[in-house]
Amino acid sequence: MFKSFIGKRSKSVKNTVERGAVKKFAEAIGDLHPIYVDEEYGKQSRYGQNIAPTTFPRVFDYGKIENFNLPNVGLIHGEQTFEYKRPLLVGEIINCFTEIKDYYEKRGGHGFMGFLVLSDNGEDQAGNIIFTTKSVVIITEEVRKVLTV
Amino acid sequence: MTVLLDLQIGDSMKPVVLEPVSRIDLIKYAGASGDYNPIHTIDKEAKKAGLPGIIAHGMWTMGNLAKLFSDYLEVGFIENYSIRFKNMVFLNDVITLHSMLDKVDENNLHFKVNAKNQNDVTVITGKILFKLYE
Repeated sequence: MFKSFIGKRSKSVKNTVERGAVKKFAEAIGDLHPIYVDEEYGKQSRYGQNIAPTTFPRVFDYGKIENFNLPNVGLIHGEQTFEYKRPLLVGEIINCFTEIKDYYEKRGGHGFMGFLVLSDNGEDQAGNIIFTTKSVVIITEEVRKVLTV
Repeated sequence: MTVLLDLQIGDSMKPVVLEPVSRIDLIKYAGASGDYNPIHTIDKEAKKAGLPGIIAHGMWTMGNLAKLFSDYLEVGFIENYSIRFKNMVFLNDVITLHSMLDKVDENNLHFKVNAKNQNDVTVITGKILFKLYE
């Protein structure tokens, strides 16, 4: 169903690691550590700035892949990976894009299952990759019916 | 810092027990992350999707688990964090966060991490590679 999208990627979108967004996110995961939210603490730290929590890249806008639409409902998040070259600094600008890495289908005890492998990426202004994420999203029979209607 | 650097292979950091999962937790996460899938916040939508009630965002649990390392971000950083989502987290579940030092190579501390509910069922499981600065 999504085979033809393998290798497709979105156009980069410019994102800022916003102080307010970092604080809101840190609070939502119960992790208001001063390294994320206390400006003075950040200044004194080895980073000279506050940093963002590891799973913060969920917040960024990665742009759209043309004609690629996933329903909001009925998908199962199977796996998630974050890989970093270094932590994200509050205030910095990151260019983000998403890519469809793979799609495969299996038939098992639960009937049809589709596995979509997506990768979200963030680069600094010089074009160096700062982080890469991988998500495995499972598409169930029910969702497939909706998609193919 | 000392706790992390004193760990021997097979040692665990002190587990962290979260407050019972509340609806407001999930509403906050939806707002902060931009993930508004209604199965995480609206009962009717969760039931429509065949669930007994709203479930936590998998990423909420994954986000929480990483805080075991927040005290150590001056001596290193999380280079790789990978998780498999095993079971759903429901309202009022009491989640405990665990970590165990599995292996050390050079500056890399390899941890096995997981989160379990009040029935000792693993809800997420995975690995954290914590890289120490030179």
